[in-house]
Formats: sequence, C-alpha cells, structure tokens
Amino acid sequence: MKLQDTFLFSFKTVTSYPTRSFLIILAMALGVAAVVVLTALGDGARRFVIHRFSSIGTNLIMVLPGRAETAGSFPGATMGQTPRDLTLEDARWLGHLPQVRRYAPLNVGTAELAAAGRLREITILGSTANLLPIRHMQLAQGSFLAHGSQYSAQIVLGAKLAEEFFPDGNVIGQHVRLADRRFMVSGILSRQGETMGFNSDEIVIIPINHAQALLDTTSLFRIMVEVRNRSDIPSAKQAIRELMIQRHDGEEDVTIITQDAVLATFDRIFRALTLGVAGIAAISLAVAGILIMNVMLVAVSQRTDEIGLLKAIGAPGSDIRRLFLTEAAWLSLTGAIFGFMLGHVGSLLIRLAYPELPAWPPAWASLASIVIALSTGIIAGLLPAARAARLDPVKALSGR
Amino acid sequence: MIQLTAITRIFHMGEQEIRALDHIDLIIASGEYVSIMGPSGSGKSTLLNVIGLLDKPDSGRYQLDDRDVTDLTETEQARVRREKIGFVFQAFHLVPRLTAAENIELPLILAGIPPAERKIRVEETLHAFDLSKRAQHRPAELSGGQRQRVAIARATILRPTALLADEPTGNLDHRTGSEVVALLENLHHAGTTLIVVTHDRELGLRAHRRIGMRDGFIVADEQ
Ligand SMILES: Nc1ncnc2c1ncn2[C@@H]1O[C@H](COP(=O)(O)OP(=O)(O)O)[C@@H](O)[C@H]1O
Ligand SMILES: [Mg+2]
Repeated sequence: MKLQDTFLFSFKTVTSYPTRSFLIILAMALGVAAVVVLTALGDGARRFVIHRFSSIGTNLIMVLPGRAETAGSFPGATMGQTPRDLTLEDARWLGHLPQVRRYAPLNVGTAELAAAGRLREITILGSTANLLPIRHMQLAQGSFLAHGSQYSAQIVLGAKLAEEFFPDGNVIGQHVRLADRRFMVSGILSRQGETMGFNSDEIVIIPINHAQALLDTTSLFRIMVEVRNRSDIPSAKQAIRELMIQRHDGEEDVTIITQDAVLATFDRIFRALTLGVAGIAAISLAVAGILIMNVMLVAVSQRTDEIGLLKAIGAPGSDIRRLFLTEAAWLSLTGAIFGFMLGHVGSLLIRLAYPELPAWPPAWASLASIVIALSTGIIAGLLPAARAARLDPVKALSGR
Repeated sequence: MIQLTAITRIFHMGEQEIRALDHIDLIIASGEYVSIMGPSGSGKSTLLNVIGLLDKPDSGRYQLDDRDVTDLTETEQARVRREKIGFVFQAFHLVPRLTAAENIELPLILAGIPPAERKIRVEETLHAFDLSKRAQHRPAELSGGQRQRVAIARATILRPTALLADEPTGNLDHRTGSEVVALLENLHHAGTTLIVVTHDRELGLRAHRRIGMRDGFIVADEQ
C-alpha cells in the first residue's frame, strides 16, 4: 500500500466517524491551545517586567550602603557595627572613574508639602540634574534641577501633585513649602505611573543638599551610576568596589547591584515560570494522548471485521499498523493545528484586553506543543495499531 | 496448482484438542471447479483458510503453483493472497463506511496501483458485474445479492488464479443464490480455479469435482 494512499484512506476513516474524531481533536486542540496561551501569558509577563525595569535607565549600576549578604569567609564580620555611611563625597569620587558617564546621588524621605492653601505628606527625592537622563525621566513642563544647583531651592513636582496643588495649571515659578523651607517650582514630570516601587506622579524632586538638610542626614539612600558602555559594566563594578573599599578603610560595606544582573534574574525567574506553566499545560496533551489511545483501542475492536477483511484481500500487518498510526496522526495533527490557531487567537484576545501585556506566544512553545501533540498521538496509536496488525484474520472474520 | 501434503490443523479448546484438519492430502489443478461439502464443524472453512493462506497449518506442506508457501513470512503470504487468491464469504464482509465502488477498489489500493488506473478498472468491474448504478451506494443500501456481487467483484478485480468461496449463498434466498452461483461459474469458465464450500447439495453437485469432509478428513473425492 502506497504511503499516500495510506494517508488518504485513514483520513477518510477519520471523517467517517465525525463525532468521535471531533471530540478527540477538541481535546488535543484544547491541550495545545492551553500551552500556547499560558506560555504567551508567562512570556508576556516576563517582557512586561523586563521592559518596565529597562525603562528606568540603561547600563545602570546602583550602589547601596551596607552589605546585602554576609561575607562568605567571615560570617558576621561586619555584624555589630553599623555600616559606614555612603556620602556625597563617595559619590563625587565615583564620578571620576573612567567608565562612569554620569551619576546621581539619591536621598529619599517624606515631608509635608504646602502650597496654595493645601497640605499633604509626600515622598521627596533628593538628587542632582543627572537624575533626569539617568532615569530616562520626561518633563511635562519647565526645567529639571539645573546643573550645579545643589543649594538652590528648586523643586520638580510629580504630575499628579502639580494637578492637585495647582488645578489652574499655572505652576512654573510658583512657590511651595516643604517642611519649613520655601522652594520654587521649576518643572513638572510627565505622567509615568508606577515604576519599580515609586509612583513618580506623586513625588517631588529637590536638590540633594536641600534634601539632606531637610531629612537631617548625610548618608545617601543610594548612588545611581550610568556607565559609558554595556561592556564597561563588569570593570566599572570592580572599580567601584575597590574605590569604596579604599575610601571605607578597607571595609567592603556597600552593595553594588547592576541592572543587568537584576534583569537577568528576572529573566530567569520568568522563563522558569513560563516553562513551569507550559509543563502543566502539557499534561493536558498527555491526557489527550490517553484519550486517543483509548478511542483507537475501541476502534480496533469495532473494526475487527474490516481488519480481517483487509488481511484476507492481501494487506500485510504492516499496512494495517500504518493505517491505524496515520489515523492517530491525523487526529493529533488536526487537533494540534486547531489548538495552535485557537491559542494564537486566545493570545490576541489577551493582548487586546491588556494592551500593556505583550502576550505573544513564544515560537518554541508553539512548535513544541505541536511536536508533543503529534508524537503523543502517534505513541498513543502504537499499541492499538500493533494490536490491529497482530489480529488473526480467521478469528476476525468469523467473529470468534 | 494447489498441492497439500499431510496438512494438519489443530485447535485447542481448553484441555480439548480439535483436529480441524487431519493429515489432508489434496491436489487441485489450475482451472478446476471443486465443491467441498460436509457437516458443520468438519473442517471445510479451515481447509479453505489454509488454501487461502489466511491460516497456517500446524504441520504438512503446501505448494502453490510450484512454490512452497508453507513457511512464508506474514508479509509474503499477504502478497501471495493479494496476487493469487480471491475470497468470497458467506457474510460478504464489506466495509460498511465505504461505497460499493470503494469496496471494490480496496485490493487495487493495497496492491499500490495508481489512482488513475484504479478508477478505470473499478468502472470496468462495476460494469461487468452490473453494479454501475449502485457504485455510490453503501453496503447498507444494497440487497444481499448486490452485496455478494460487490464482494465477488472485489475478490476478482486483481484476477486471482483461485477463487475461494465459503458458503457464498448461505445468506441468500434461492433465486439470488442461483444468480451468484452463475456469476462464480462464469468466472470459472474464464479460467479461474473455483473452490466452493457449501451446505447446499444441489449447488455442490454442479461442481465438476466434489470433495466430502468429516472430522478433519477427506472422506469422498469424486470427479
Ligand atoms: N479458531 C478456532 N478455535 C477453536 N476451534 C476452532 C477454530 N476454528 C475452527 N475451530 C474448530 O475446528 C473445527 C472445524 O471448523 P470449521 O473449519 O469452521 O468447520 P466447518 O467450516 O466445516 O463448519 C470445528 O470443530 C471448529 O469448532
Ligand atoms: Mg464453515
């Protein structure tokens, strides 16, 4: 029997039992669609987070006071002594490293903002002019902190605060009070929403020296460093560590986080998660496979007469086996194709419903689900096909 | 030519041993018309199945057209069946989901004949068996006589040298049965070896050679 005829004949068989075939195809399609949609969701979440995190800047290194982890060789070596402060002086030195394009020291705290008869507790950020380019912030109006403005009493308002305090829109040049200090509004941030823990629409930014005085501290919350090139990140990290150790009397009491490392960690976590949900969804493919096996076994006993007859008119066992295998292949392949389309439509609907979630099914998942569906179907067909091929034609025809 | 030498076929029913064929020696020349008669359970069907290579004897030799086919592999036997043997059964054994034309086409598909040639040969055969009007009907829509005609058309489309019919009229009324027999005899006249197993004395007597069986033995063989 020619292969082409085998495929045609088993295709005709599949269409001769529409209800049965439809149910199997549906089960297979749902399994494949589940894999496609769930991986699309997982990968979408990954892209979403990575994108959000990359949007806060590029080639970033963050220097934080204190050690995040205990030193491996001397556990608790720094215990009992508070870590040395991370100072503006440290930041300035850091700025002289050749790999560093720019840096922005950062202080964070809360204070009461008073203007136009309103009063409200808000988050304040102390920094320098460089914060704007480093964090990829956008201004809606006015200008950011000027260079060399450490001591001048400028303030940049978050978009929502600006609206709240100055509903008439006349903001730039107005005066506001933070605690007991007067500031002049120089700019308004454009709306950004939540980024990495801050809602930048509800903060104010003031020069670092003002912030430190206001918050009564000399210790920085962190220093944000932007290096010149991506390839500079490792050497910059090393140089920063050495500089800090040197400036802090040989003590390694800062934590250096690179954006790359954080991104890579997020990436790994989300990929593992996606793989995990894909695996769970793939179980439904196995269930569909078992369904195919069961239905094919039933088909073999239903069609004993036909199998016996095919043998009597000259079909060898190998032909019979191939007929049943291709039948299983048709069922699973059709299921896989429908599932693939269903999954892609599902992902499209998710993207339409949540435009900010880039729920694109990864190519590997679509491909893998189709391959798994097809091979599960064929594997499930093996046992019934072998049983059909072994059938004794005399018994089959006599109905014994 | 069919040559059986000391063919024995034993079935086991629990402890019991049934000798369906017991050292059968039989030679049937090409083009003969043979009937096999005997009481139920005497081994007629088993003999036909062994001749048709559908069943394997437990001992003895089988020579078909000067070739020893006793120990052929399953695939080789299938090939011999396809090329040299045509089966006609009491219960027709048509594939219910296929049309008459598709049922007749089956052996051609198994033989790997290209579709264009298949189409022509199926049409010729349908015409020859007066089934052209029923080509697109499924077995359920055909009468018993029509079904058996489809089955015979299917059995002979590859021009086998031997046509083996196991009680071909057993499910038919007398008149249709006679028509089917006439059809088989026509094929015999065209040169095919015809072996018919039957209960029907009248039908059996029409054959040129009549073999009688009982308990797995050949008890009569008259020309
Ligand atoms: N597959 C089988 N298993 C067990 N016994 C069988 C089988 N096939 C045939 N027999 C037995 O072998 C004997 C001959 O059967 P069969 O050739 O069908 O007889 P007939 O066709 O003459 O009625 C009977 O006793 C039958 O019960
Ligand atoms: Mg019988």
